[in-house]
Amino acid sequence: MNYSWDWLIFLQPSITGEGAYGYLLLRGLLWTLAISSLSWVLAVAIAAAVGIARTLDFVVLRFLAATYVNIFRNIPLLVQLFLWYFVVPELLPTAWGTAIKRMDPLLNQYFTVVVGLTLYTAAKASEHIRSGIESVSAGQKQAGRSLGLTTAQSYRYVILPQAMRIVIPPMTSDFLNVFKNSSVALTIGLLELAGATYQLSEFSAQPFEFFAAATLIYMMITYTVILLMRAVERCTRIAGSLGAAS
Amino acid sequence: MKNGDDMIEIKNVSKWYGDFKVLDDCSAVVSKGEVVVVCGPSGSGKSTLMKTVNGLEPVQQGEIRVADTVVTDRKTRLTALRSRVGMVFQHFELFPHLNVLDNLVLAQTKVLKRPLAEARERAMLLLRRVDMEAFSEKFPGNLSGGQQQRVAVARSLAMDPMVMLFDEPTSALDPEMVGEVLEVMMQLAREGMTMIVVTHEMGFARKVSNRVIFMDRGRIVEDCPKDDFFERRDERSERARDFLDKILQH
Amino acid sequence: MNYAFEWGTILRAWPYLMQGLQTTLLLLVVGVVLGIALGTVLAICRMFGPRPLAALTTGYVNLFRSIPLILTIFWFYIMMPGVMRVLTGDPNLTVGPIYAALAALVLAEAAYFCEIVRAGIGSVRSGQMQACLSLGLTRWQALTNVILPQAFRNMTPSLLNQTIALLKDTSLVYVISMNDFLGAAVRIGQRDGRVVEVFIFVAVVYFVVCSAGTWLAGWLQKRLNPGKA
Repeated sequence: MNYSWDWLIFLQPSITGEGAYGYLLLRGLLWTLAISSLSWVLAVAIAAAVGIARTLDFVVLRFLAATYVNIFRNIPLLVQLFLWYFVVPELLPTAWGTAIKRMDPLLNQYFTVVVGLTLYTAAKASEHIRSGIESVSAGQKQAGRSLGLTTAQSYRYVILPQAMRIVIPPMTSDFLNVFKNSSVALTIGLLELAGATYQLSEFSAQPFEFFAAATLIYMMITYTVILLMRAVERCTRIAGSLGAAS
Repeated sequence: MKNGDDMIEIKNVSKWYGDFKVLDDCSAVVSKGEVVVVCGPSGSGKSTLMKTVNGLEPVQQGEIRVADTVVTDRKTRLTALRSRVGMVFQHFELFPHLNVLDNLVLAQTKVLKRPLAEARERAMLLLRRVDMEAFSEKFPGNLSGGQQQRVAVARSLAMDPMVMLFDEPTSALDPEMVGEVLEVMMQLAREGMTMIVVTHEMGFARKVSNRVIFMDRGRIVEDCPKDDFFERRDERSERARDFLDKILQH
Repeated sequence: MNYAFEWGTILRAWPYLMQGLQTTLLLLVVGVVLGIALGTVLAICRMFGPRPLAALTTGYVNLFRSIPLILTIFWFYIMMPGVMRVLTGDPNLTVGPIYAALAALVLAEAAYFCEIVRAGIGSVRSGQMQACLSLGLTRWQALTNVILPQAFRNMTPSLLNQTIALLKDTSLVYVISMNDFLGAAVRIGQRDGRVVEVFIFVAVVYFVVCSAGTWLAGWLQKRLNPGKA
């Protein structure tokens, strides 16, 4: 192959006239971060509520939570995203649908991706929270109750503090999944990192530089997150617990 | 070779895990047909020492010889040696996905290349010896601990070993099953098998063994005939007396 | 809501959708079979290989697990024609996107399968390897006759779950304009102006298949570990 490498391509102005290629790639990265951080925060909140609901004695709540998890876990993310983007606005009351369609397209795409990614991620993450809670021994639950704590109190003071630590490693990988999955945004036209990479590689005719750069960025962020979460894990470890040992 | 009767020779063996010295200049000789019991507090290195004999635990210093094979020589084919040195584990380690018969047949066919029919015949013979022939089609998960350990002994014997190593063979068993396993081991000893047994069963040591090796913190502290070990307590080291006091109290 | 559904559109789209489904199944089957095979090899290299090989495998697994599958698919999409032209020596060779998709799926999923196989091998008691060695079996004989059969039994639920994840992942080949099940649906929906019906249908099909798989994996898990929930 006679590919001519040109690493200075990032400094050259793009053919679209929007600025240097490097800047456009960076803009893609910012979208990736904007999508994944908001989706992650919302997903954790929903996952916590759903995960707890699935361990309570209240049958209706448990059923609703389980139904949500099963539906959102078993449909591909991309299909869910298309449902939110193409189908839901059609099914809403006409006025709402029109309002959505009249929104700033970029904001519309952003919020659609966040909704899709949040609900998809929360379904998976809630399973981790549920199994974290279930792994706190039944003895602990009974001990809480025998002290006269209410259900809410025993969750607040006994079960959740223990479960939280167990849940840190799987939640880390959930975050990394959100981060990687945010790339589906490109399918509805929001050019986050992967999308920008693909587009810029076509514009510049120097695809390998852009793909190499994107790969490095993804790896670097992944490693930063892993190192950070390891530190968190170390700080929160309980003596004599197996949860931390891995 | 100086002595045709020497079966195992351990010479100045030391081993480290990182900075921690698990074996500290250990030397011992086991003659053909001898039964040697190795005892000592947990973490004293007794299991490790025994596992160096078939090369499961490599050592950094010293030499180990089994019959004509130098275990510590890098050129030695360990698989050939191991097939002749039987080993019985604390947790039996039968293969749970194979039935009892196949547990005995596997290594015979794969290592010794015995024809299947011959391997089966040999397996059944040995199962009869440990009184387990009725269970040949059962899976390990359906057997009691004592039954599993008897099968494990038979599995090792099927390889026609010249030496048998026992790594705390009864310590994972319920008390009522200890006897049946010890019985099999005693029979083996009476037939003249060379055996090294890591165990806390002092009754077995008294009845069956020729010699007792006592280890502490990676060192061989005592190595003497069993009568000396149990009867002449005042000649023993303080550590050994201490250990015996604790273990014989009950 | 005043959308007028017209489900007949699914029937008209049926042959086209079935073609897409075939592509999806091809991606799934090749991805699972080669992914597990390569993943097993990687896991063995990583756990039992010499140090440089183990480090290389670790790097491979970490690389593919830290970048989005979409990016991997793009990588192979732009690389594949060049690579294939060099390999075949034909400068005018055209390579269909299916090869890029297959290569990306197999190589990326192998990294995930590797981690599952590694956990599976790790779940077998270490004494089993010692018992094999003490009988004179070689490491390789021990792996193939004793360790892997137990490991694969223990990890069947995880493998099944990963297979479902792979099925969901195959839909991402949409980004290189392939006609898999989802790609076909998008195209037919846009042609007929009926994306709503078509997307709902696609979602239901994926849901039914994936739910069945998830349920089966859960059932197997319970059968293997009756003690745990």
